[in-house]
Amino acid sequence: MLHTLLKSIQKSTRTFSGGIDPEMAKITATTTIATSMQPQLYILPIKQHIGEACEPIVSVGDHVKWGQKIAKSQGYVSVPIHSPTSGKVVKIEEHATPHPSGMGLPSIFIEPDGKDTRDKSLKPIKAYRDIDPTELRERLRLCGIAGLGGAVFPTFIKLLKDNRNPIETLILNGIECEPYLTNDHRLMIEKAKEIIIGIDIIMHMVGAKKAIIAIEDNKPNALEMMQETLEILSGNFPDNTQIEVCQLPTRYPQGSEKQLIEVLTGKQVPAGKLPMHIGVICQNVGTSKAIHDAIIKGHPLTERIVTVSGDAVPRPGNMKVRLGTPMRFVFAQHGLETFDDIHLLHGGPMMGEKLKNADVPVVKSTNGLLAMHSASMKEAHKSEQPCIRCGHCGVVCPVSLVPNLLADQCRNKQFEKAESYDLFDCIECGACSYVCPSNIPLVHYFRYGKGQLAQIGREQNFAHASKQRSEHRDDRIAREKEEKAAKRRVVREKHVAKADDDKTSAGKPDHDKTADHKAADRKKPETTDNTIQKDKPSPKSSPSKAASDKASS
Amino acid sequence: MIHLSSPHMHGGDSIRMTMLSVIFALLPATIVSVYLFGWLAFLLITISMLSCVITEFVSLRLMGRSASPIGDGSAALTGLLLALTLPAYLPWWMVILASVMAILLGKQLYGGLGYNLFNPALAARVILLISFPLNMTAWIIPMHVGTPVIDLYDFNACLNLLLFGPESLNRALDAITMASPLGHIKTEWSQGISVTDALRSYDYSYLDAFLGREAGSIGETSALALLLGGIYMLARHTISWHIPFTYLATVLIMAAVFNLIDPAHYAPPLFHLLAGGLMLCAFFMATDPVSSPVTPMGQVVFGVGCGVLTWSIRTYGGYPEGAMFAVILMNCTVPLIDHYCRPRVYGR
Repeated sequence: MLHTLLKSIQKSTRTFSGGIDPEMAKITATTTIATSMQPQLYILPIKQHIGEACEPIVSVGDHVKWGQKIAKSQGYVSVPIHSPTSGKVVKIEEHATPHPSGMGLPSIFIEPDGKDTRDKSLKPIKAYRDIDPTELRERLRLCGIAGLGGAVFPTFIKLLKDNRNPIETLILNGIECEPYLTNDHRLMIEKAKEIIIGIDIIMHMVGAKKAIIAIEDNKPNALEMMQETLEILSGNFPDNTQIEVCQLPTRYPQGSEKQLIEVLTGKQVPAGKLPMHIGVICQNVGTSKAIHDAIIKGHPLTERIVTVSGDAVPRPGNMKVRLGTPMRFVFAQHGLETFDDIHLLHGGPMMGEKLKNADVPVVKSTNGLLAMHSASMKEAHKSEQPCIRCGHCGVVCPVSLVPNLLADQCRNKQFEKAESYDLFDCIECGACSYVCPSNIPLVHYFRYGKGQLAQIGREQNFAHASKQRSEHRDDRIAREKEEKAAKRRVVREKHVAKADDDKTSAGKPDHDKTADHKAADRKKPETTDNTIQKDKPSPKSSPSKAASDKASS
Repeated sequence: MIHLSSPHMHGGDSIRMTMLSVIFALLPATIVSVYLFGWLAFLLITISMLSCVITEFVSLRLMGRSASPIGDGSAALTGLLLALTLPAYLPWWMVILASVMAILLGKQLYGGLGYNLFNPALAARVILLISFPLNMTAWIIPMHVGTPVIDLYDFNACLNLLLFGPESLNRALDAITMASPLGHIKTEWSQGISVTDALRSYDYSYLDAFLGREAGSIGETSALALLLGGIYMLARHTISWHIPFTYLATVLIMAAVFNLIDPAHYAPPLFHLLAGGLMLCAFFMATDPVSSPVTPMGQVVFGVGCGVLTWSIRTYGGYPEGAMFAVILMNCTVPLIDHYCRPRVYGR
């Protein structure tokens, strides 16, 4: 029997609680994906994913090929970084990254030679179904694949075939519920085949038998395209697997992983657990395409689709941009040259971060680049009024928190109370701030509260560790004192016994021996004390360390 | 100053829009009040709203704050709500006193908009009722109900009455007032007359009570007008259904059960529903966002509490009407309700 393929569009009747219907402003939904020109210089920060930063493995002056690994991953939650073109490494130094603080990171600067010579060390794998998932997983890690929906979590970690948590359902996230963004939408229309093959690769890797491609009803052409392509490709996939397309009503934040899982499976991911614990994994359609390229073509992740939009962009559109391309160069190709009275956003307007300027590179998480007139930003960020407790924030909260109470607690520095009201379950979707009639920046308070709680946690850990060290030291000193006293007692007893036995001869050698012991005992605790103090950071240095921890998180 | 935090989009809702939509929802009740009580209602509403706004302005200035919150319309709304809960005739200074109480004691002393424990308009009305029980239970005979003793559509007569009292019109207060249905059954019951007989002697009609052709506070008489406003607010999502629905349903159910047990003592459910300030309290007072719970479950608890208290005070209390006391009492419990009635968080 041929594998079952649902021909009719599945419509989910389930939904998640809360949510909003913002003005979608998907003005670039019909513009085909253009390809960005080569900038004069690529800037590649050594950390473009969630997890540990990479370490450069090239030096200034080196010639690199397109797709060549230029920074290796360090630690488990990390993926390497590859050169977006062939050219020369001109410098490695700190440069600003797309972070609201304008935070800098060591970055590798590559000057293209214009030849685009590919690094061919990774061989294409066509018959992926015959390859062991572990090997494919290593390939994805080597290719630097991270979640392209915006969270940039290293993909290989999620694609683990684990017999304790068998994956039943793969959810392909084509929701794209953020206003303005259309990069996933266009990708589904223009690269449907690659996405679907990517799905089959993932299903093979995790052993899932069922995949659901979720698309909101404001993208009917993407839905149709995925449907048609599925029908064409259906013969190539194993009989016992099933891929279906599911249309969902448009609602923000449906694209959030946990909410989408609730909509499609009716199950909630238990707090503190991962989707795989309930047999589900979620991947973005862009990631699926990147997985296809990494396996089928052997191409590491060096480019992504970016929506360039916003009311200040003269020619908004979708663009295939190589990672490391300066944003100023991307905006220029859409007719935006000067940035007076314009605010830049990295990502969508609901969850995106405001950028200090355009002199930062496109990275793996750059799904959208928005330029907004300051007038429209002022409209969105009016001055805060007192809370009238209307409760609209709670109505739209997809996690069912009580945002106004949480905001009060954060503002009044009752952080522990906020934590007991489940502050850390907030997904920062911004729906509460969006509906607030008092223009209270609720999410801003939640981030502040979370930051403060993390800081408190670090300080508590530090205090706990210091206390333990001090207790160990006291124990040790007491123990040593005891041992010393016991030893002295033994020696004295021996001495006395000897004196009793042999009253005529003096116990000189014994006496010397005791003195030696004493000296050694005195010395020992001192040296151990020194090492302890070396481990223990001085109280003065701890806040700055904590601050740097925070900045890097 | 634009802070860095997302979201960078806003739905456009504002305090001003919320307040204006409530004022708009009160329009039918306001129109009915002017239709029934003529210039007297008009003057009462004007004085009350003006005094509230002025008090708000003065207190903000005294506290050294910006007077810009005047524009949000919350003081004007308090003034309108307060006026609608008052009897048509009150000496002018009592109206001003009530307005000052509402804004000063009910709101600004707590820290201003958003921080008050009680509904300001109801708090002021309760203070007034306890301080001046005679005036506060003297209901002017409305127009179109029987034969009016004084023409309430005559501006000069109304102004005279308001400024100089009924004596200026050569009338005693008793001569121009009548009992409200709730007050009537209460006094009759105290004299040993059953509720059914009392309603018959009052010539009570459900239709009149629904349309508002009866004695009472100027904005409370017409259940229809209040219902229209309530439906408008529900449709606009200014309020949610939880409080009004559970409040009214609780009163209805309690009244029905007890009426079945002993119709001579306990008034019928529909009578309770249409009488007194219940409709106004259920749709406009108990739903005041600041002094009611924020979570849906909390709002249900709040509504049920208001219902039980309203029926109990009406039936067993010393005052004929219990709705406002019920809401004020339930206001005290809001912080507790908010703490215990939080929804289940995703995945927990």
